[in-house]
Amino acid sequence: MAKLKSFGDLETLKKSITGKRDPKKSVIAICNGTGCQAYGCKSVTAAFQDEVKKQNLADKVDVMPIGCPGFCERGTLVMVRPQGIFYQRVRPKDVPEVVAAIGKNSVVDRLLFTDRQTGAKVTHESDVPFYKKQRRLIIGNNGLIDSTSIDDYLAIGGYNALAKALKMKPEQIIDEVKKSGLRGRGGAGFPTGSKWETTRNAHDEVKYIIANADEGDPGAFMDRALVEGNPHSVLEGMIIGAYAIGSHQGYMYIRNEYPLAVKNMRTAIQMAEEYGLLGKNILGTGFDFTLKIQRGGGAFICGESTALMASLEGKVGEPRAKYVHTSEQGLWGKPTNLNNVETWANVPIIINNGAAWYSQIGTKGSKGTKIFSLVGNITNTGLVEVPMGTTLKEIVFDIGGGIPKGRKFKAVQTGGPSGGVIPESMLDMPVDYDELTKAGSMMGSGGMIVMDDKTCMVDMARYYTEFLEGESCGKCLPCREGLRHMKAILTGITEGRGKKEDIALLEEICATIGDAALCQLGASAPNPVISTIRHFRAEYEAHINEHKCPAGVCKIGAAAVK
Amino acid sequence: MADKKQKEVVKQVLQKHQHDKALLVDVLQDIQAEIGYLPKEVLVETSKGLGVPVSRVYSVATFFKAFSLTPRGRNLINVCMGTACHVRGSVKVLEQIEKELKIKAGETTPDLKYTLETVNCVGSCALGPMVIVGEDYHGEMTPEKVVSVLANYK
Ligand SMILES: Cc1cc2nc3c(=O)[nH]c(=O)nc-3n(C[C@H](O)[C@H](O)[C@H](O)COP(=O)(O)O)c2cc1C
Ligand code: FES
Ligand code: FES
Repeated sequence: MAKLKSFGDLETLKKSITGKRDPKKSVIAICNGTGCQAYGCKSVTAAFQDEVKKQNLADKVDVMPIGCPGFCERGTLVMVRPQGIFYQRVRPKDVPEVVAAIGKNSVVDRLLFTDRQTGAKVTHESDVPFYKKQRRLIIGNNGLIDSTSIDDYLAIGGYNALAKALKMKPEQIIDEVKKSGLRGRGGAGFPTGSKWETTRNAHDEVKYIIANADEGDPGAFMDRALVEGNPHSVLEGMIIGAYAIGSHQGYMYIRNEYPLAVKNMRTAIQMAEEYGLLGKNILGTGFDFTLKIQRGGGAFICGESTALMASLEGKVGEPRAKYVHTSEQGLWGKPTNLNNVETWANVPIIINNGAAWYSQIGTKGSKGTKIFSLVGNITNTGLVEVPMGTTLKEIVFDIGGGIPKGRKFKAVQTGGPSGGVIPESMLDMPVDYDELTKAGSMMGSGGMIVMDDKTCMVDMARYYTEFLEGESCGKCLPCREGLRHMKAILTGITEGRGKKEDIALLEEICATIGDAALCQLGASAPNPVISTIRHFRAEYEAHINEHKCPAGVCKIGAAAVK
Repeated sequence: MADKKQKEVVKQVLQKHQHDKALLVDVLQDIQAEIGYLPKEVLVETSKGLGVPVSRVYSVATFFKAFSLTPRGRNLINVCMGTACHVRGSVKVLEQIEKELKIKAGETTPDLKYTLETVNCVGSCALGPMVIVGEDYHGEMTPEKVVSVLANYK
């Protein structure tokens, strides 16, 4: 394919792609995300390819592997379009029947989703309760494209935003992003437009931009789904950002535990380069931008901005104090703009639809949608994209389908190891940056771990503390030593060796770490402990005073009970 | 001294990454993927090839969880200890594997058949607890399933 040298070339290419597609042809879209791989989606895909040939339907039906559409609980997911039929839990042996049904214009009943509340079968994707209350601006496209095909992305309007942005002035783009109210999806919720502006205005010719795809929160996989399932949307956002900021070199830091994401992003970059959407003189505008992938090494701290940049420089991933912001002096001492994957993926949507449109979605201080990874003791595990301000209750019960096995809801942890637990009494809370912070937790990157009544809150606090102790880089003392002591105390409590003064001691250590740690890993590490003490103090007391674990999780040995 | 094969691996990987010092983590990832672990000699060779001090290579190789300085078994078992898997009982699965193989997480069986490690989330949380052997993802693991899953890997 020849490089695109102008906006006109892009238009012509798009027309030729859509012109070649036969709208009457059915498409069998099969999830090939990491989640469905564990269900054997690869053999399902292969079976469909064989079967379509066998039943002589190759000129009527296309088979398309797609990225994760979110409902991983029911994998392997198969959608038949344009009919919009939604099949779940599809195994290779089901394939001949599904293909035959397409030929006959019928539906395979037993593979349809059953609405647990009404007991009725749901035929269409749009009627599945899990999807109904969502607003899938970003993740929705995963289901429509083969992520390894740039043509698929172009066919759904991909790179339109880039063409539009390249006709704007950089300052106009920044202004648009500022007006949209977009805030960072990776952790702290910093206003994206202002960050871009700082980097743009920093006094240095060379500037870098980075996408943070380290996704360290264990139990969160939104970014995995985006990078795997729609890598071009992230790329497009980054190219627009680079142009607005005045950067010509970007990096994507991807978690090594996500091999498929790395692979798909590599393919995407290569294809964008071949089309001239990345590289020198993009679309003939004279703007140059190249992008490199770097893999992480399995360290949670490397998601933190300064540690990530150290790691990008080939050093140990230790953070530094941020007297000088990375937007002034970051990678190799140059002004650097770091954004989360989902933040970047929001950019094309804002440019395409305008800030005014975008800022209608969400709450006063938090605009747009947010993808959450709804996991743990929940009926419908998966990725959920909702407008900011949706209540926890809607997310957990209406979309998530509540708690399985007839158990009761106990709490939900947001913000990963840096966040806190939110108890039942606060379920009506609208979810946005500010409300979550007020509740003693945080948005974080969007992990939502649902816990039922068989979950021990002291054990959860111990779990997070142990995780963070293991991931602490060891550079500053409060975090290194403080977490070690907290873990020892919490382990003692869960093993029946708790002392009366332990709770007060924990609170004291928490306050010190919170004040004195060098980076946010340490400073936010007390959150799970403080929040479980605040909302579930009685559980701590039962362990300490009565040597009992009310949830029945901790193995409090008989020896400890004296 | 690194043996011939190891030297060749280092050379090829460095070439692939154009001797870019910044890509040290990537370089070590690729070398480990070829050799299985990072022997001392290979670290020295990498340091020479990239022109960075051995101390730096060593500190990076020991900082990141992904790297191993000791030989690993033919089958690498990763048990997910991420939060989603934790609340669904991954601890019990890990304990069962430890019992079955008579090694602890982080160790390798004496016959070099298995190495047991833990990982914090592989992004398949919906199917937790997750156990990954080599490149195969096993979802919804239970202590009862451990023996039958392990039997597939010789
Ligand atoms: C310990 C720690 C881990 C982090 N991990 C991630 C991560 O995995 N992904 C991410 O996008 N941000 C992570 N962050 C937040 C980043 O430091 C940074 O705020 C973010 O990537 C900025 O992008 P945003 O403005 O688009 O949110 C982490 C922060 C800390 C302190
Ligand atoms: S990986 Fe298939 S639905 Fe998520
Ligand atoms: S927590 Fe185990 S796969 Fe995510």
